[in-house]
Formats: sequence, structure tokens, C-alpha cells
Amino acid sequence: MSELRLPHPFPDTRKTEMAQDPLRPRVAFASVAAPEITPPSKLATHDLCAFYGDFLALRDIDIEVPDGRITAIIGPSGCGKSTLLRTLNHINDMVPGFRATGSITLDGAELNGEGRDTLSIRRRMGMLFQRPNPFPMSIYDNVAYGLRLSERLSKNDLHDKVHAALKRVGLYDEVENRLDRSALSLSGGQQQRVCLARALAVEPDVILMDEPTSALDPIATLRIEALMRELAGEVTILVVTHNMQQAARVSDYTAFMLMGSERAGELIEFSPTRVLFNQPKDHRTEDYITGRFG
Amino acid sequence: MSTAADTFGRGLAGRRRRGRAVTGLLAVLMALTIGVLAWVLIYVALQGFQYLSPSFLVQNPPGIPGAGGGGFFNGILGSFIVVGVAAVIAVPLGILSAVYLSEYGRGRWSNAVSFFTDILIGIPTIVTGAFVYSIWVIHFGFSGFAGSLALAIVMLPLIIRTTTQMLQLVPDELREGSLALGATKRQTVLRIVLPTALPGIITGLMLAVARAMGETAPLLLTALGNDLFTETNPGKRMSTLSLQIFNNAISGYKANQSRAWAGALTLVAIVLILTTAARFFAGRSKVSR
Repeated sequence: MSELRLPHPFPDTRKTEMAQDPLRPRVAFASVAAPEITPPSKLATHDLCAFYGDFLALRDIDIEVPDGRITAIIGPSGCGKSTLLRTLNHINDMVPGFRATGSITLDGAELNGEGRDTLSIRRRMGMLFQRPNPFPMSIYDNVAYGLRLSERLSKNDLHDKVHAALKRVGLYDEVENRLDRSALSLSGGQQQRVCLARALAVEPDVILMDEPTSALDPIATLRIEALMRELAGEVTILVVTHNMQQAARVSDYTAFMLMGSERAGELIEFSPTRVLFNQPKDHRTEDYITGRFG
Repeated sequence: MSTAADTFGRGLAGRRRRGRAVTGLLAVLMALTIGVLAWVLIYVALQGFQYLSPSFLVQNPPGIPGAGGGGFFNGILGSFIVVGVAAVIAVPLGILSAVYLSEYGRGRWSNAVSFFTDILIGIPTIVTGAFVYSIWVIHFGFSGFAGSLALAIVMLPLIIRTTTQMLQLVPDELREGSLALGATKRQTVLRIVLPTALPGIITGLMLAVARAMGETAPLLLTALGNDLFTETNPGKRMSTLSLQIFNNAISGYKANQSRAWAGALTLVAIVLILTTAARFFAGRSKVSR
């Protein structure tokens, strides 16, 4: 049971005192206690609106996702969290009738303009989905999939990169002897880590996670969260979660979204996670995190 | 005044009775269905084994009306050639159409294709035969290839329908997972969608082949039949197993009729072997769960 040997993801040194409000959820924060200087933004949107046909799903989203940090998006169901994520890497372009207006920039370069290169955008932004979705092929082929798409790597290079990616997600020791077995034979948590390895293998700048642990058991969830903390600093992570405790546990920054007028998703507040949970600026944020609705 | 429990108890007895009655009815109906199928198979087997022998599979018919002996070798070979050529035409076309309908098609054009596919499934096969007769046979004469054309038209809608269904069963999460890694739509279809659906697609193809193997009506007007000698050139008129079964069965001679029974058994066996083999290979495929 290698799952049980994992180091505690949130060492005591990082735990901080909770505010005294009894309504506040008792959570430990991952980010450092001392207020840090916000890193420059990696991924940013300006006046981003998204439509499904005539329905406005996102209204004027302005967000700056700090480089090399974990940013969580929380909010009640249907507030557009997933839509925002899926708009960023243009995966929603597949949905009939979907369109997005406004600006999305990655390292300052516009991603929502005419003649954008959707393929390389997606390559630079990996994605982890709600349900683990390994391809019905071997573990090795799953991780190699993205690498084989565009470049012709030598067998050795491919081998090295696949093994490195599996090591990065802590899966290598568990599957070393059965890399040629179907990825579907793995447990749910392992499958999700294969998917993470698959995304990491192509060395993306950003990883978008759409409720990555909602289909997993608590131990597998902690494993994924620990991995997210390990990856922070190397990649920028934007994670959608319906679980406020998870946002508080893993994220450095938190964005709170809410359904506004005409059911359009709006960004209410964006702050360092500790600030958002302890001193929310907006009363709606406070109502949500104290459990008055949602 | 009756309590809720009493009401529930009284209703329960009645519902139990009705439940048992319906279960019994379903069991009888199931037995009838399986019984009819088994009857057909056993009857064909009993009749066919009276004449079936190794020589039946390697000899041609005697050519003299009413004479005993001989076999359906030319028909068996003809069936494989005619159906094989038909499959070569219909399988790529059918799979490509299904990929279009499932992965690319949207709006009016794809609805039209889908609609005509359904209509094509319902067309009586004798009409298909007459169609090929009028556009091909009139100009180029009876031939095995004309038979293949007719069978391809019969197989095509079946392949399109089953393959489309199988492709639509592939979860969208897999498509999105591939696209999110920077794959193009073409790469996603070729490397993820088609391999994932492959076992189902193969099963569908085998059903279409089995159907074509047994078709007689469209071949009467196209391949015509040739009981005299072995013909391997699809440009000439050709016999198939189904045609030989038909021709021998409608003959008044006892010897011809028993050959027809043996041919029917052979046809059933071929279809059974093909279907089982397809299931076996589909089951071994690495993509099946």
C-alpha cells in the first residue's frame, strides 16, 4: 500500500491559526503565513465573456493568475467555473454554438485573437478532468501520447520522458513492471495520476484542473493535492473545485465566482487564499464561505 | 378503519401474484423464441448432415439434372469472392461515412445523410438487385462484380448505422483528453476514437458480411449463377452459395434438394465461424475493457 507512505502534504510549519469566527470552516492553509509579493501574472483575462448560443455564461471576467502558484476557483454549481477553465484552452470551441469574446493572454501573448494557434495553446496548457480519462491503451502509451503527436522523438528520448513524467507524479514505483498493461486496469487515483503525467510530459506552462478529485476517494485526493503542492513553482496551476476545504488546503490564491444577473457567471473576488477566507472583501464571498448559501 | 400497513399488505399479495404471472409469461415467450431458433438450426443440421461430406466442399455440382453426388465448391468460392469484393467497396466507404456523421457532421447535410441511410436499410434487396441490373448489367452483362455492387449497396447502410453508433459510444472525455494535449481532430479520430470503438465496429462489419453472405435476391439479377464450373473471375457470371441453395431447392429432384440442405448448413456454419472469429479478435483487442 504505497498510497499510505506518502509524506504529510501540509507540514505543521505551514499551518496557521484560524480566525475566531465559529462559522468559518476549520481549515489549514497551504500558502506561507507571511504575506508575499504577488508574482507576475502568467495567464490573464480581460473582459472575457463566453456564450452558449445566445446564453451569456461568463460576464466580463478579469483575472490574473500568478505565475508558478496554485489558484483555486470556487463557487456554487452553475456559476461558470468549468466554463471559464474550458474557455481558456479553447476546449469549449468544440461545443456547438460556443464563442468567447474579450482577451485571454498567456505570458502577455493574446490567445483569443483571430488566427490563433489552438493546438499550441492547448499544448502549453495541460488539462486534468473531473473523471480520470486515461485512453484505452497501455500506461506507457498514455504518457507518450502527447509526445508522439507533434515531434518525432528517438526511442530513448521518448522512454526517458515517459519515465520522468511517471516519476514526477510518484507513479513510477507502482507501475514500473507493468507499463505495457492497460491504464484502465489501474485504480481511480492512479488513473488520475496517469492523466497528470500525460499532461506533464509535454511540459506545459499551465495546468488547468477541473474538479480533479471529485471522483476520487479521500486518500487518492490527498495524494493528488500533495502532488499539486510539489508541482507549484514549476507550473502554474488553475484548479476548479466545489470543495472549499480543498481550495484552502492547496491553493495560494482563490477566485470566487457567482451566478450574477440572468444566470451569467461573474468573478466576485480574487485574493490570496488566506485573505479571501479570513477577510473577504465582498459580503457574498463571506456568505458563501461561511455556508449561508451554496 | 384500515391502517396503512393493512392496505400495503393487501396490495402486496396481489402485486406478488401479478409479478409471478408476468414472470411466467416472459419465460414462456423466451422459451418460444429460443425454441423457434433452435428448431430452425436443428432442422437444417439434421437435413444438411444427411448429405454433407468433405467432398461436398470440394466438388462442383454434377451438371446433369437430378443426378446425385457433387458439391457446392464453386458456390462457396463464389460467395467468398463476391462478398469479399462487396466488403472491399462497402467497408471503407461505410466507415468513412460513419466517421463523418459521428465526428464531423452537423446540420442539414449530415441529417440528410443519416436519413437516407435509414431509408437505404429498408429498401427490399430485390429492388437493389433490379437497380444494379438497370445501371450495370444491361451495359456490361451478368457478372460476379455486379453481384458485389448489389451486395455493397445492401451492406453500406448497415455498416454506416452500426459504426456510427459505436463511435458515438466513445466517451467525449476521451476526445477532450486528446484535444487538450494539442492533438488535431484528425489525430484524435485516428488514434483515440476509432481504436476505442474498434471491437464494436468489427462486430458490426461481421453482421453486415453475414447478411450479405445469405442474400439471394439481389444476386439473381446480377451474378446470375453458374452451376457448371468453377469461376474465379468476377468479370464473369458467378455462382454463390445462396444462389446454389436457391436453385437446387426449387428443383423437383430429390438429389438437388438434399444438396440445397447441405448448402444451407454450410452457409450457417460459415456465418457462425466468421461471427465467432470476429468476436474473438475483438475481445482480444487491447482497447476493450
